[in-house]
Amino acid sequence: MCTHVTASARVAGSGYRGDDWFPVDRAVVYFDHPQDAPLDHALCVDVWGGSERVAIELDGASARRLAETILATLESSAPEDPGRRR
Amino acid sequence: MADGMRAETITIAGHGGDEIEAYLAQPLDGDAQPGVVVLHHMPGYDRASKEIVRTFAVDGYAALMPNLHHRYAPGAKATDAAAAARAAGGVPDEQCLGDAQGAIDVLRARPQANGKVGVIGYCSGGRQTFLVACALDVDAAVDCYGGGVDPTLAPRLRCPLLGLFGADDQRPSPDDVAALAKALDESGKSFDFHTYEGAGHSFFSVDRPSYRLEAAKDGWKQIWAFFGRHLKGA
Repeated sequence: MCTHVTASARVAGSGYRGDDWFPVDRAVVYFDHPQDAPLDHALCVDVWGGSERVAIELDGASARRLAETILATLESSAPEDPGRRR
Repeated sequence: MADGMRAETITIAGHGGDEIEAYLAQPLDGDAQPGVVVLHHMPGYDRASKEIVRTFAVDGYAALMPNLHHRYAPGAKATDAAAAARAAGGVPDEQCLGDAQGAIDVLRARPQANGKVGVIGYCSGGRQTFLVACALDVDAAVDCYGGGVDPTLAPRLRCPLLGLFGADDQRPSPDDVAALAKALDESGKSFDFHTYEGAGHSFFSVDRPSYRLEAAKDGWKQIWAFFGRHLKGA
């Protein structure tokens, strides 16, 4: 399966590339063939700032745990976040 | 047959005259060499795809793989260029066709060329291979599990087509493959499809868990016979 399906979201913050931080402005998300992870398919996230990116490739279950953990953390620890669920 | 080769990245003129990189593997000996354009998979112009290009040169073909992602990140690693191409919305079909035509022109212009050029592609490159076979002057085409192929293009197919698919694949699914076969049959086109049980997508990829030995072995056997017949006249 080769999904070609790609979603993107505007983001604001910084990414770390191993030797320094850089500003990021866009996240690209897809479930497709990974570049490196030993999986047939992976949930891939590229967080871009200009031509630089931070990338992860996770199996589906890991990606769900990460997404749920992020949302749970925001719900419990960032009550002033304007993006908080109502 | 001698199996020496020269393999390297060169610059070719792609769509719109754009200079793009391409990986060329050519036999050191022999004349009347057929050519093969290799269209890489979604992960891009990577080590595994270059290995496929060299495999064709071992068997006497001059093989050339345009980097379809080159424009999106010139000089970058394949992994970054693939991500940049995806972030930009993917490779337009027209651009891919222009890059493939550039590769065809390079192969046909080689002094050792016999004038025959085939095209083979994997994954997204399988779909692009079908587009090339419907739009450009090639002598044979091999679609390896290309998903999203449009069966309505079947009447435009210009050369014999070999299709290699996995029965467990979801894109293309066995129903997708059957629909394409039906359209080709109704158009009176020459095609030969093989669907392997126990195999899914990317069964040729030796560096991925999807690799399936039996399917890949028979698939290569089909490729050598098909290209041998249509490009070497064997």
